[in-house]
Amino acid sequence: MTTFIWIAAVVVLIGIYLSWTAGRLDRLHARIDAARAALDAQLLRRASVAQEIGTSGVLDPAASIVLYQAAHAARQAPEDGREVAESELTQALRATLGEREQVAAVREAPAGEQTLAELTAAVRRVPMARRFHNDAVRAARAVRRHRVVRYFRLAGHAPFPLAFEMDDEPPAVLGDPHLPA
Amino acid sequence: MRIGIVCPYAWDVPGGVQFHIRDLAEHLLSRGHHVSVLAPADDGTPLPPYVVSAGRAVPVPYNGSVARLNFGFLSAARVRRWLQNGAFDVIHIHEPASPSLGLLSCWAARGPIVATFHTSNPRSRAMIAAYPILQPALEKISARIAVSEYARRTLVEHLGGDAVVIPNGVDVDFFARAEPKAAWQSGPGDAAATGAGSGPTIGFMGRIDEPRKGLPVLMRALPAILAEVPGARLLVAGRGDEEEAVAALPPELRSHVEFLGMVSDEDKARLLRSVDLYVAPNTGGESFGIILVEALSAGAPVLASDLDAFAQVLDQGEAGELFANEDADALAAAAVRLLRDPARRAELSERGSRHVRRFDWSTVGADILAVYETVTEGAEPGRSVAADEPAGRTAQD
Repeated sequence: MTTFIWIAAVVVLIGIYLSWTAGRLDRLHARIDAARAALDAQLLRRASVAQEIGTSGVLDPAASIVLYQAAHAARQAPEDGREVAESELTQALRATLGEREQVAAVREAPAGEQTLAELTAAVRRVPMARRFHNDAVRAARAVRRHRVVRYFRLAGHAPFPLAFEMDDEPPAVLGDPHLPA
Repeated sequence: MRIGIVCPYAWDVPGGVQFHIRDLAEHLLSRGHHVSVLAPADDGTPLPPYVVSAGRAVPVPYNGSVARLNFGFLSAARVRRWLQNGAFDVIHIHEPASPSLGLLSCWAARGPIVATFHTSNPRSRAMIAAYPILQPALEKISARIAVSEYARRTLVEHLGGDAVVIPNGVDVDFFARAEPKAAWQSGPGDAAATGAGSGPTIGFMGRIDEPRKGLPVLMRALPAILAEVPGARLLVAGRGDEEEAVAALPPELRSHVEFLGMVSDEDKARLLRSVDLYVAPNTGGESFGIILVEALSAGAPVLASDLDAFAQVLDQGEAGELFANEDADALAAAAVRLLRDPARRAELSERGSRHVRRFDWSTVGADILAVYETVTEGAEPGRSVAADEPAGRTAQD
């Protein structure tokens, strides 16, 4: 009888532990989803402002085309080409807005001050959102590598989380809002 | 935005983290946000209206010194109640890995959580042992902030993952606008003048009896400085035993050292505005270096030891000069060179004033708000921070 009670107690404890771990993992997946949604929002915002600048005609035609093309490609990119497309947009932004004169040109255009503020916020927030997302991915992966999680398939059908890798170095002139205009 | 901030250390004890939280809360309030700070405090202490007491902190030996911490069921219950009443959009926990309110709130909350890591302590054995307990709580944090690149590196090494770097904030204009005080400014003589009080002034700020703050290094360098710049004066602001501090100095040089004791915020700003050179000879244990930022804000030329954190604040020597840590000779040589070269000092002061703008609350506050907005954006709309259910139960709902 005592043996039976012991076995029952152990089974219950294991059950609680498994349920707790599954809950933990569930929460981590929710965190990744939230972080990914935030990252998508920031990337989209960045691409929109870039496209706006590209079509506004304040930059020279060559720069406008480069920026427009990169922004368009980033917005239309399929899931597996997204990292490359967004990195290319980063590079296009660095190339076209890398110098103070170009930034000044955007600033002088009508409502340019606001466009520039939006772009500055976006290029600052993309690396933030990406870091938070990849941090969540790393935490989830650490738990999913646990033997218990693998043997009992606690992760269910959730896909194995992948980090979002891209070049998100902002244009030097924009990334440093403290430089005199 | 409704923001809840968790302070791990007793509100009535002055400290860097407490000041940071006070300034952050006031900055956010001035921008029209709703802010509530949960902090340990004795029942009798007068608190600003935005602070909620989490009860008295208990002194316990922890990590080699006596720390005042909050734990136990009572504190945990207060954390839960604060979370329920606050209905916050985001909570911002400071020092989440310290076994106090930070960890308790991490444990008790769910929803968008932001955490700032202030210290960059070497990994302690307690931390390694506690890792399995810590990890489930820390992995709830949606966004981590480190106060310097150095703090971020230690965080990544100890806990894995990543963090964004947002420096501590300073009210730059408060220091920039302070009125210099004649008694603390250089005397009428130049670098060649003799006699105490006739030459340039050197400032030092920090606990006198804490070797980590580096006053002994400066005292070792002082005879060499006075040999070259005989009229120089050293102004020391901070608590501690003044007799003991000058014990190593030859008696005839002691009149060149002036102790000001503890100074008010206003006097601190005025002192930094007045001195010809500010020296920060700290030997270690600094994860940020707020005093350097304050000195730069006041336009004081800065000479600091080359700690990682200091080098970063001083832009690798661009905004202030660096000397080899604990090397009194190097300190003396650099100080003499600077005291004799007003043009270089003016250049440092000018560069420092420009560099320091990035540490102003207007910039730092906007960055922190950007983090809040980034984490709340991804969260389900209308979902605020709530007291957490045990994880096992949430899995089934």
